[in-house]
Amino acid sequence: MPKWGMVIDLDKCTACQACVVACQAENNIPLAGPNQTFMGRSIHWMELISHIEGEYPHTKIKLIPRPCFHCDNPPCIKVCPVRATYKSEEEGIVGQIFPRCIGCRYCTTACPYTVRYFNWEKPEWPEMMKNLLNPDVSVRPKGVVEKCSFCYHRLVKLREKAKAEGKDFSPDEYVPACVQTCPSQAMFFGDLSDPNSRVSILARSNRAFRIMEELGTEPKVIYLAEGE
Amino acid sequence: MKLSHNKVIDEDQILLDPILKTGKGFYLSVIILASIVLLAIYAYILQFQKGLGVTGLNRPTFWGVYITNFVFFIGISHAGTLISAILRIAQAEWRRAITRSAEVITVIVLFFGVGNILIDLGRPDRLLNMLLYGRFQSPLLWDFISISTYLTASIIYLYLPLIPDIAILRDTAGKRKWLYSVLALGWKGTEKQLQILEKAIAIMAVLVIPIAVSVHTVVSFVFAMTIQPMWHSAIFGPYFVAGAIFSGIAALIIAMAIIRKVYKLDNYLKNVHFNNLGVLLLVMCCLWFYFTFCEYITVFYGSEPVHLAVLNSKFSGEYAPYFWTMVITCFVIPFIILANSRTRTIAGTVIASISVTIGMWLERFTIVVPTLVNPRLPYERGIYHPTWVEAAITAGSFALFILLYIIFTKLFPIVSVWEIKEGREKGVAEVEERIKTYLPGAEA
Repeated sequence: MPKWGMVIDLDKCTACQACVVACQAENNIPLAGPNQTFMGRSIHWMELISHIEGEYPHTKIKLIPRPCFHCDNPPCIKVCPVRATYKSEEEGIVGQIFPRCIGCRYCTTACPYTVRYFNWEKPEWPEMMKNLLNPDVSVRPKGVVEKCSFCYHRLVKLREKAKAEGKDFSPDEYVPACVQTCPSQAMFFGDLSDPNSRVSILARSNRAFRIMEELGTEPKVIYLAEGE
Repeated sequence: MKLSHNKVIDEDQILLDPILKTGKGFYLSVIILASIVLLAIYAYILQFQKGLGVTGLNRPTFWGVYITNFVFFIGISHAGTLISAILRIAQAEWRRAITRSAEVITVIVLFFGVGNILIDLGRPDRLLNMLLYGRFQSPLLWDFISISTYLTASIIYLYLPLIPDIAILRDTAGKRKWLYSVLALGWKGTEKQLQILEKAIAIMAVLVIPIAVSVHTVVSFVFAMTIQPMWHSAIFGPYFVAGAIFSGIAALIIAMAIIRKVYKLDNYLKNVHFNNLGVLLLVMCCLWFYFTFCEYITVFYGSEPVHLAVLNSKFSGEYAPYFWTMVITCFVIPFIILANSRTRTIAGTVIASISVTIGMWLERFTIVVPTLVNPRLPYERGIYHPTWVEAAITAGSFALFILLYIIFTKLFPIVSVWEIKEGREKGVAEVEERIKTYLPGAEA
């Protein structure tokens, strides 16, 4: 039973935001426009957050790519009154059922990492982009919550392909769009339950840390701290 | 006790007057209130079509005025049933004139508590999913169960003591006879019927108290069960219940003062009622301050950064005006007025109550919003300013509540006629007997 996880090496990350763009394109994330973005309503399943330390002129800025952490003990799924969000037992991925969500936004307030997003209005795209939507990812209606899915649709597709070809599914084939895109190869994805996988080896590094580990949420996104 | 209707008309006719006569004031209030309600309906239709984008909500401030209203209205609902049940069980004789007006508040205001949470939903069309896929793990489902139980219980608790009065109307009013005949359930006022009724009321009074406490406890659990700073607090259950009773009494005092003035019931809702409720309000005021003090001093002293960020936004940050207004209106003003028996007059208690009502709304607001604006991962900062849609829907909720309350007073006596009568005929003697048993020398 795989336990999918991600490792992000902050030493290699150049903060180019290619992962953010790849995610927007892959997952049919609507464009919010300047006014809505100013109000804090833009959606970014993958977002670059800037952590600023110290006072000017001795400031230090860390730029951290932040997807959903797919906690092993997610505080968001507990509060959902209709089981529209769940952690899949087989994959450990925290998913969202768009057609069932009633839009109460309890999960969005319960998530300590604020990585859940709400569709305040009906998602819209400029005319020329409408034909560029990814057919593998459903377009969300207004009034529901959405979040990073670790590009789960890719996993489903790969499994089906392997089955059709009569081959065994190889975990190495499955990568989310952000990881696939990263130009500086700072992101890794794989099976954390396999002790010999690349992500497991990296997760055991001395530089490895997880955000707000003390909450006991067991995030499955592991960062590698920057060296000196 | 057989109710002689002629006597009712003689002595307590004024209690039936609002039902029999309708003046200009009634139509004027209906028109004003109905136009506010229409504006709110327009605002909601707009929100339904366009989505919650028409509100000021954002990420991370996912909840705002609607959730504040939800907690506030559910709090007000504790006015009624709980106060009236406690007073009935305690055999407080002064309750007779005020229980009905309290119970009506409960029943009507509950719809607005529930209503506001439905208005807050992104997909109200999928509400049935709560039944189809309901998941007991979620505190929202606890609310769903608890509030629907409370609503049922308080409707029964309002209806039972109403039956004899409906029978009076059936026999004397001459208006809407069909309605009163159906609702009176064949009440004749025989000794046996009265016994059954009083037993049923007594059972409901006891039953309603734990339900009422559970309601506001699980409302607080919606917040306290998450791990968000200044929500994740064990004190929230009792804190919310105390605040609910506090705002409930305030709402009751305001309602009573208006009823007294408009229907000229000075003889029924007297100084003593306002004084006694004023003392209760004072007790809850002190309790509220105690809970608030405990809650904030532990956060302040502990000084954990994530909690402190929320605290600072209330003490000195963008929510300071709301927070300090809350302290003044919830504690300073009512305490000064109510602690002094010379200012604990009808006017005094009403001013204190208006102050408390405003303060308790602000209290709910300063619990819901500052925590969301200051999340644990401090990189998301939205600015939350409610829009006219939220203001209109809030105003509409208040207006419709008042409107339904007025309509109730035009259909049923707002002061329980038979209970006043019972007090006059039986209560005086009973109390005298009771006092005798307290004194030395009397039989146990």
